[in-house]
Amino acid sequence: MVLEKMALVGDALSHVALPGLAIGFLFNFNPFIGAFAFLFVSAAVIWQVQRMTKISFEALVGASFTLALAVGIILIPNVETLFEALFGDITAVAVWDAVAAVVIAVTAILLTRVIYKKLVLAMISEELAISKGIDVAKTNLLYLFLVCTVVAIGIKIVGTLLVGFLVIVPAIAAKNLSGDMYKYALYSSVFGAVSAFSGILLASYLPTVRPGPLVVFSGIAIFAVTIIVNWRRKLSV
Amino acid sequence: MEDNILMVTGLNVKLQNQQILDHVNFTVKRGTTLAVLGPNGAGKSVLFRSLLNLLPHEGKVEWAGKVKIGYVPQNVAVSDIPISVREFLLIGKNKCDPAAMLNLVKLNDPKILDKRLGVLSGGELRRVLIAWALVDDPNVLLLDEPTNGVDVGSEEPIFLMLDGVKKTRDMTILLITHDIHIVQEYSDNLLAINHCVTFLGKSAEIASVATQRAIYGEPVCVETIKSEA
Repeated sequence: MVLEKMALVGDALSHVALPGLAIGFLFNFNPFIGAFAFLFVSAAVIWQVQRMTKISFEALVGASFTLALAVGIILIPNVETLFEALFGDITAVAVWDAVAAVVIAVTAILLTRVIYKKLVLAMISEELAISKGIDVAKTNLLYLFLVCTVVAIGIKIVGTLLVGFLVIVPAIAAKNLSGDMYKYALYSSVFGAVSAFSGILLASYLPTVRPGPLVVFSGIAIFAVTIIVNWRRKLSV
Repeated sequence: MEDNILMVTGLNVKLQNQQILDHVNFTVKRGTTLAVLGPNGAGKSVLFRSLLNLLPHEGKVEWAGKVKIGYVPQNVAVSDIPISVREFLLIGKNKCDPAAMLNLVKLNDPKILDKRLGVLSGGELRRVLIAWALVDDPNVLLLDEPTNGVDVGSEEPIFLMLDGVKKTRDMTILLITHDIHIVQEYSDNLLAINHCVTFLGKSAEIASVATQRAIYGEPVCVETIKSEA
């Protein structure tokens, strides 16, 4: 999303999940199934409206996320539940939820590998991609679904408000240090994992603080370090 | 078609209710270079996109059988993407030899392979894009302003290199340019368009005032502009 210059789309998409979470809470089924369903349907609708109207993804996601936020706040039964949906709680993740998250994440990585070349080519030049027979619209839709998947997994850890962090910050930190796409993908994953683990570890020493914000703080610290490293590297050239 | 590799008949393109190309007809002979010239907004890039079937159009665009096209677009977005030259060339074709492709376009410094596309100079980037277009071993190259963003001194070596590649690989080249010198030196035929065809003939004819008038209209005198100022 960062390379597509749609970093905030990833962030805004997370809020679209809120009504899905609310319906799960209301009808006593796993709220994250609701979140997945809402994200996927919204992504498909946004993709179709974008193709029909040529309005930018960012504007459409912006419109739908505010609507979703409004609906979600009305539907969610009480303040405590709303708080959990907004800020997440990794300590409340059940074993099967964790297993499902790992399986889904691995599938998302494998699918991204399949469309990787098409995606990169379309980023460099849509014309070049189409001239090579790539269906850019379909590739973008699949990519949007993959982002929704990652966002849905992240909601459980840091909540809908902070999940944008997982999409944006490890990627921009990695971009500061990478000279090629391989390193970019590797560093993004490592920075995301280190942020999550260190945030959770910190939370175990600070029982009154939720892990979500601490995960974000760790990630921002890594990002700050990469800025300094990149800056020093440029000075030394 | 015989030795024509491309035959375009009655090509019309309308975008957002504007007629961009109006009844364009021309042919391209196998193994020749056709320069496409015209003012900004004349429909040159739209013509190329139509030839590549990237745009809806009316009329016939007939390529001879077994044609493989390499394309270099005018603009690419590489400044913000951390992709190395090696990775970019391998996206074009898994089993290509990136170093050999760079040698082909006369980029002989092996360090370039590990550089980010975004940090290359204008000339290096255009050569890498040409190498990318050549990766699939095409027999036709479509070059949309192949020296866009390149300084004047570096333009000619790129066309010299292209001329060499064309001869060794027996290719047909269609190129969009604004440079009359390039048209004269590096192309066989000239197609000038300004929505419709304003000139079609031998490139050498660009030297004549009548041809230039047909392409650009009445010449503008520098002294006149100065005295008006």
